[in-house]
Amino acid sequence: MLKQRPYLIETLTAIGLIAAPFVLPLLGFAPNTVNRILVWGLFGLGFDILFGFTGLLSFGQSAFYGTGGFVAAYLLTQAGFPNVLLALVIGMIAAAAAGYLIGLIALRRTGIYFAMITVAIAEVFFFVEFNPLSDWTGGENGLPGVPTPSFNLGFTTLHFDSGWSLYQFLALCYFVGIVIALRIVRSPVGAIFSAIRDNPLRATAVGHNIHAYKLTAFVIAAAYAGFAGGLLGVLQAFMPPDAFTFDTSGQLVMQTAIGGRGTLFGPLVGAAVWLSLQDFLQATLNLGAAWKLVLGIVFVLLVCFLRRGIVGGLVDLYGLLTGKRGAEADTTEAGVSAQDEQRAAEAATAHEPAAVPISSRPHLPGAPSGPILQARGLTKRYGGLLANSDIDFTVNHGELRGIIGPNGAGKSTFFKMLTCEVHPTSGSIVFEGRDITGLSVTDVCQLGLTKSYQVNQLFAGLTVRENLVIAALSGLRGRFRLDLFRSIDGIPGLTERVEHTLELVNLTARPDTPVSELAYGEKRRLEIGLALATSPSLLLLDEPLAGMSPRERVETVRLLKSISQGRTMIIIDHDMDALFELAERVTVLQEGRVLVEGTPDEIKNNSTVQEAYLGGVHGVLAA
Amino acid sequence: MINWPNFVSQLFNGLALGALLALISSGLTIIYGTLGVLNLAHGAMFMIGGYAGYVAYSYTGSFVVAVVAGSLFVMALGVVMERVVIRHFYHRPHEDQLLVTFGLGICFVEIVRLIFTSQSQVVPPPPMLQGITSLGFLFYPTYRLAVVGIVAVALGGLFLVLYRTRLGMIVRAGIEDSVMVDSLGINVYRVFMIVFGIGAMAAGFAGIINAPVVSLTPGVGDDILVETFVVVVIGGVGSFPGAILGGLIAGEIISITSMFNPGYAYVMLFAAMTLVLVIRPHGLLGTQGRE
Repeated sequence: MLKQRPYLIETLTAIGLIAAPFVLPLLGFAPNTVNRILVWGLFGLGFDILFGFTGLLSFGQSAFYGTGGFVAAYLLTQAGFPNVLLALVIGMIAAAAAGYLIGLIALRRTGIYFAMITVAIAEVFFFVEFNPLSDWTGGENGLPGVPTPSFNLGFTTLHFDSGWSLYQFLALCYFVGIVIALRIVRSPVGAIFSAIRDNPLRATAVGHNIHAYKLTAFVIAAAYAGFAGGLLGVLQAFMPPDAFTFDTSGQLVMQTAIGGRGTLFGPLVGAAVWLSLQDFLQATLNLGAAWKLVLGIVFVLLVCFLRRGIVGGLVDLYGLLTGKRGAEADTTEAGVSAQDEQRAAEAATAHEPAAVPISSRPHLPGAPSGPILQARGLTKRYGGLLANSDIDFTVNHGELRGIIGPNGAGKSTFFKMLTCEVHPTSGSIVFEGRDITGLSVTDVCQLGLTKSYQVNQLFAGLTVRENLVIAALSGLRGRFRLDLFRSIDGIPGLTERVEHTLELVNLTARPDTPVSELAYGEKRRLEIGLALATSPSLLLLDEPLAGMSPRERVETVRLLKSISQGRTMIIIDHDMDALFELAERVTVLQEGRVLVEGTPDEIKNNSTVQEAYLGGVHGVLAA
Repeated sequence: MINWPNFVSQLFNGLALGALLALISSGLTIIYGTLGVLNLAHGAMFMIGGYAGYVAYSYTGSFVVAVVAGSLFVMALGVVMERVVIRHFYHRPHEDQLLVTFGLGICFVEIVRLIFTSQSQVVPPPPMLQGITSLGFLFYPTYRLAVVGIVAVALGGLFLVLYRTRLGMIVRAGIEDSVMVDSLGINVYRVFMIVFGIGAMAAGFAGIINAPVVSLTPGVGDDILVETFVVVVIGGVGSFPGAILGGLIAGEIISITSMFNPGYAYVMLFAAMTLVLVIRPHGLLGTQGRE
């Protein structure tokens, strides 16, 4: 959504900020109100990255707002620091450092725990500012006398003292803030932020260290808060102690939700609505203290009925107006894409050799041979239940192995242990000569072992392409990297890998479709695509055919065949016909043990397997 | 400065505060455990309990009537809130639930402020419990002692409901696995409504019981809410025994630290919470898996 023409949003923002002093007074905005809106908007930029983009709702941003504000104000009023901008930057760094430490604690938990912990932390900061540190912060009096910025350019000195003059300085700060925020959001890190918001489990499984990324988002939010806090002192010529109160955090949350989360401009719009409504209700309607009640009701109604706030609502409305055409195009596109799909599928079978993957090892002499994965004595116990017991299992390079077994045989548990999603009670797993027992699922994926899930685990709010980008990024960037200002398009090899994966899973016709609009079969293929895009050397597929119609099954089997060219794969499925057609060797699990292992023909004719499935009735399994 | 009577008196203060926190936190935690909704308006429920009791008291002059009226009013408010708003948020993300309950909490506080102004109101303790009691080595306000007893009885009642009734069994089963309870043919929505009512009532009851100890202002629930969060994090989300243990720990930490320097009470409380998070991320009596 934020990806359009390059620098379009930046340009529009610049125009808006330049036009504001000429337009807004006509609408009755006082310069001081506009300046306050800008400070809230800047504060909210970081918060929106944390909440709107990463999905972490913090009720404790006042802690960093206050920290940045008081550090800057202290430097300027008590320590005799001459340079306003430098003091603001130091305040920002202090806030970011505080954010890092607090993040280490608060991010130990997610969801409501995270929200509760941030509330508690903010309250502690408030009390610390009021009591133990009151000698430095002025306690309940705050710090008066914060100077406004002035810059000596040699030939002249620029003073930004109040009103529209100070506005220029604040607008410049906001502009720099939005440019940086846009870069972050469009960077690989930004893509991973939204992956964490949509499905943290899968973000971890495709090889991203999400804890480090969450901490990054938290520190970014703290830095923005710290800088905005410093600006508050500059704006008011006084650093008020109530910057630290829970009300500050609450107001930020409400403004962001009113304006629209995940839009970056939401907090600015929210602040504009908030502050102008407050002025209007108090001054014009003489409602006195009731203004907050009105805003509270507005807020509750927006949360109930307009989830993405005002900006989100406008974007939807714009989509509705321009998208009458777009929606029609969509439906015809869907019709076309069904045909396309079939054609593509036919093409895939016709040109099978063309689909030889770039990144995996082909069956060539000289390519590594011998075991790629060896499990020894793998056992998993859940309390009294023995899910897997003493499984020995070896898969060679280039092999395509099938695993079958009745329900409850422990197949999925076995896969979860191989990918280190759960750790075995005893036994060891060696992957490419390296003992991976006890590693994290993220590390194992980085080593080149990943799986597709039995139940789809997609990034539901993103498009097909964005999904694959997130998976591909982990292979190209490693588990964590701070390339905050790099454009996603600038990563070498990413586009190729995504396009190639789209081809492999036959989704080339629908790259920009949101996941929520995909048909079940398409979602299923994207699920496999997510695993493929990490470019694993060993790919595990947990029931790739589950829930598919017979026709879809035939297509998917064809797809799996082409994917398997030059790849090592293990497939679990209940569809024995399909599996016997695909796999070179098949392992049969029963009651958590390996029952038998052999070629498809051996398995078909094995009497113990027939017994396991048919309960002792002797007959030939459906051929 | 630190003498024994002073210290013991602070221990009692901590016990009274801790018992109250335990009761409020139990309400919050059973709502969260059963419904999966963290009610940020819980502090406002506590405050409304106090005001509803205050109104009842000013009409009847009876403290008992005030307690009953305050509790029932908040329970009714909880039921209405669940039916009208919360019900539509069960299938929405946690963040939306937090936002809407936060907004409702603000509305409640502002409505009360509109009606009663920000000026503090006073509810005196019942005549029987006024004055001070001699404990042999120190004199202690009778009503505060009584608070410990009253809250203990309320917690006992809550325990009986949770552990000795059919409803309680459903609630506890719902905390473990609400989907399963639903598929067993129990109307979980009705149970949710009742649980929300009971949870809110716990806060309202605590609000009116606490009213004679503090002066009643519209903001009285805000600090309590933060303390309740710490209690729940320490005790473990969804755990009734955890809420009681966490409440008592938090109450004592606040009181004993206040004896030395009230400014550090929250710092110590926060330190304790951090310690628990580092050593047992799921809380002292919480179980893994619920998030």
